Amino acid sequence: MSCAPEFAPMIVPNFSAIDVKARCKNYRRRILDISQTVGALHIAPSFSCLELVATCYFGLLKRGAHPDTTDTFILSKGHGSLAQFAVLEDLGIIPSDWLDHYCKPGWPLATHPDYGTPGIEASTGSLGHGLALAVGMAYGDKLRGLERTIFLVMSDGELQEGSVWEALMTAPSLGIRNLVALVDLNDFQSLGRTSITLPNFYPMLDKLQAFGWTATEVDGHDPEAIYAAVEGRDHNKPQVVLGRTIKGKGVSYMENVPVWHYRSPSPAEYQQALHEIEEVAL
Amino acid sequence: MRNAFADAFYDLAREDDRICLVVADITAAAGVASFQKEYPKRFVNVGVAEQMMISMCAGLALRGFIPFAYTIATFTIYRPFEQVRIDCCYQNLPVRLVGVGGGVSYSTLGGTHHAQEDIALMCALPNMSVLAPCDPLETAQVTRACISVPGPVYLRLGKAGEPTLTADAPDPFCFGKIRTIRPGTDVCILTYGPITKMAFDIAARLEHERSLGTSVVSVHSLKPLDEEGIRSVLSRFKTVVVIEEHAPYGGLGPRVKALAWDSGATCRLQTFALKDDFIHVYGTHLELLKAHGLDSETLFREIASIAS
Repeated sequence: MSCAPEFAPMIVPNFSAIDVKARCKNYRRRILDISQTVGALHIAPSFSCLELVATCYFGLLKRGAHPDTTDTFILSKGHGSLAQFAVLEDLGIIPSDWLDHYCKPGWPLATHPDYGTPGIEASTGSLGHGLALAVGMAYGDKLRGLERTIFLVMSDGELQEGSVWEALMTAPSLGIRNLVALVDLNDFQSLGRTSITLPNFYPMLDKLQAFGWTATEVDGHDPEAIYAAVEGRDHNKPQVVLGRTIKGKGVSYMENVPVWHYRSPSPAEYQQALHEIEEVAL
Repeated sequence: MRNAFADAFYDLAREDDRICLVVADITAAAGVASFQKEYPKRFVNVGVAEQMMISMCAGLALRGFIPFAYTIATFTIYRPFEQVRIDCCYQNLPVRLVGVGGGVSYSTLGGTHHAQEDIALMCALPNMSVLAPCDPLETAQVTRACISVPGPVYLRLGKAGEPTLTADAPDPFCFGKIRTIRPGTDVCILTYGPITKMAFDIAARLEHERSLGTSVVSVHSLKPLDEEGIRSVLSRFKTVVVIEEHAPYGGLGPRVKALAWDSGATCRLQTFALKDDFIHVYGTHLELLKAHGLDSETLFREIASIAS
């Protein structure tokens, strides 16, 4: 097993939407390849949040010479871990053989991110923990006078957890500013459409704004729009970006079909999916 | 105990700027008020939001702080149980979870405020340390000692007004080790928390009325449990009893019985705990304990009967 590299200031290219889209195409291929090595995986939730995750890593996160001056990323919707692992592999933070052995005995990567794994800042998997952890981290940074920002990607189903609303209430009340939550608004939870399961949950924007956050809605598969929304934010408040997404984005038979929340494609389905991914123009 | 904790916490926090206090709308005593006044940024009241309190502490710990979460025991660990389990224990972070009113000390507040299964739940969690001091002096010692524990700690406190019992203890306080706090050679009472006062009273009566020299041992660390020390007690005394303000499952009693079995102990061993039932009796703390059979007179008679 390869060793993970120690912390090193990371050099990433200047943000380019085309570059992020190209990377996401590669990540979808990579995740499809992994799907053929395991019986089940969260493929559609990963495809849904890929552009949100990749835009953070290849645009929004600022890297310093020291961990204290480097922004933090947390995948609060831990079941989308393949999206984060594919990015971390691309960045050289986790070795490729780790991802080649996803969910295999003796190897460190599995369905949900674990604190202690290189590049993983908090253990997630149970929904509704990430935002509150991030509030604690951001408050700690505030006490230390550190200016770094914490980015997290959440799911829309996750917003149904009461703990999320405790955190939404607390962050602005404590004067926390350096916190950006990007919500993968794919309108699906395990058993069906989120908007049908709890229709009164909508509209979301004004609820979030009423809690003292800046809130914006964008196309969650458009790196340019995500980047612009976050870079142009009001830096005096924490921010929520609602990214409208399609669960299973990029593969026609997976898009908006609940069974692909946790199913691996057959070899024939895999070939079709690869073909469709290849055909997407950047 | 509450005051002893607050004073010890204040002294520690003055010396170490990693120490923070996050409360869920319940504060301790004067020591905490001083801390809040002098270090307002390191004191956070998240309001009636216990999940937030625990996750916030875990987040602070991820940034290198040593946070204390403080509220009534039921709300420190029951309401946000998953945050305790995942955010603190799974990530093995140095969060100190302070539960005031552990056991049934909030006697008139009813079952919603009784933490009678807390030791079982917290001991079951990997990485968690579980501490339950018996008096104000031991509370201060435990509070100071817990700072250097690398993982999460549950600190089970009584409330206020507990008497000092350990001023003349034969054994000094040592983290993770049981200590004899009253000497005796015939009977040994293993106990923890505020009910230790009752054990003291029983020990005195056993000695004066039945000539049974009775030792009282404070098991202030339920996890890690000083198994070697308990095995030694089981081998040295003819009669060993456990008295605990806790449900009959998952507390000290079953652990001691398991150790006795494993070590082939030949002593007489009896455990006394709360019943496996909620308490629907209101009154003083002692009156509640009595409703579940934990009163000085009953225990004195039973232990005297076992030991003679």
